[in-house]
Amino acid sequence: MMTVPLDYYIILSAFLFAIGAIGVVVSRNLIVMFMAVEIMLNAANLALIAFSRFLKLMDGHVFVFLVMTVAAAEAAVGLAIVIAVFRARESVNADSLNLMKW
Amino acid sequence: MEMLIFAVAAIVALASAVMVIAVKNPVGGVLFLIMSIAAQTVLYIMLSGIFVAAFMILVYAGAIMVLFLFVIMMLNLRHADLGPDSLRRVKPLAWVFGSVLLAELVWVSMAASMPASGIDETFGSVPAVSRLLYGKFVYPFELTSVLLLAAIIGAVVMARKGS
Repeated sequence: MMTVPLDYYIILSAFLFAIGAIGVVVSRNLIVMFMAVEIMLNAANLALIAFSRFLKLMDGHVFVFLVMTVAAAEAAVGLAIVIAVFRARESVNADSLNLMKW
Repeated sequence: MEMLIFAVAAIVALASAVMVIAVKNPVGGVLFLIMSIAAQTVLYIMLSGIFVAAFMILVYAGAIMVLFLFVIMMLNLRHADLGPDSLRRVKPLAWVFGSVLLAELVWVSMAASMPASGIDETFGSVPAVSRLLYGKFVYPFELTSVLLLAAIIGAVVMARKGS
């Protein structure tokens, strides 16, 4: 039976989340920033599944399902915004969006 | 044995996630993200989340990542020149804050210990999760259709030419 303790999964999830957070801050390519957001969502999903298993409660699986649906919607709208930005600025550099920059 | 599988999957997931933000070519980034997702799917199966594991492969690796690839190839970003790096001076700061965030998360996670106990065979199976989706959580589940409709309309409006 389960030989891997819960905290291993949660710490792995923490590492993935930190990688995603650093990726969003460090990268300037809008698409790479989106992928880093996906990594963070995956990290949260992993923690949910792990807690779900150890609490013996399947509600976490439903929550992960909903998170994935939101991720799909977010990716569709986000990539459409990237396309619109590319049309307007000929670039996917986040720095090119400086109209509202103070 | 189980520990070994966990270690391999965890290392692959972490290394691929690092590569996603490290590689220059975004197509490579998408492929590394698919690899990371596949490794995480192994962990889902180890946690007996069969339904979410299937969903992860189908929706994440199958649909969302193809959408990313499609956009990257449509915009022809392979040779996209991002110009001089405006973040060069603040980048170390990002690593510092990222490390602090990681330390904090790990510190909190240390306290999360729960005894592993046996579960029945149907845990996380498609019928069991579906029963929850259409029973206890039927309203959130139905509301996702509204969300998806809004996303479809939003995507079409945003990506339309000459708007």
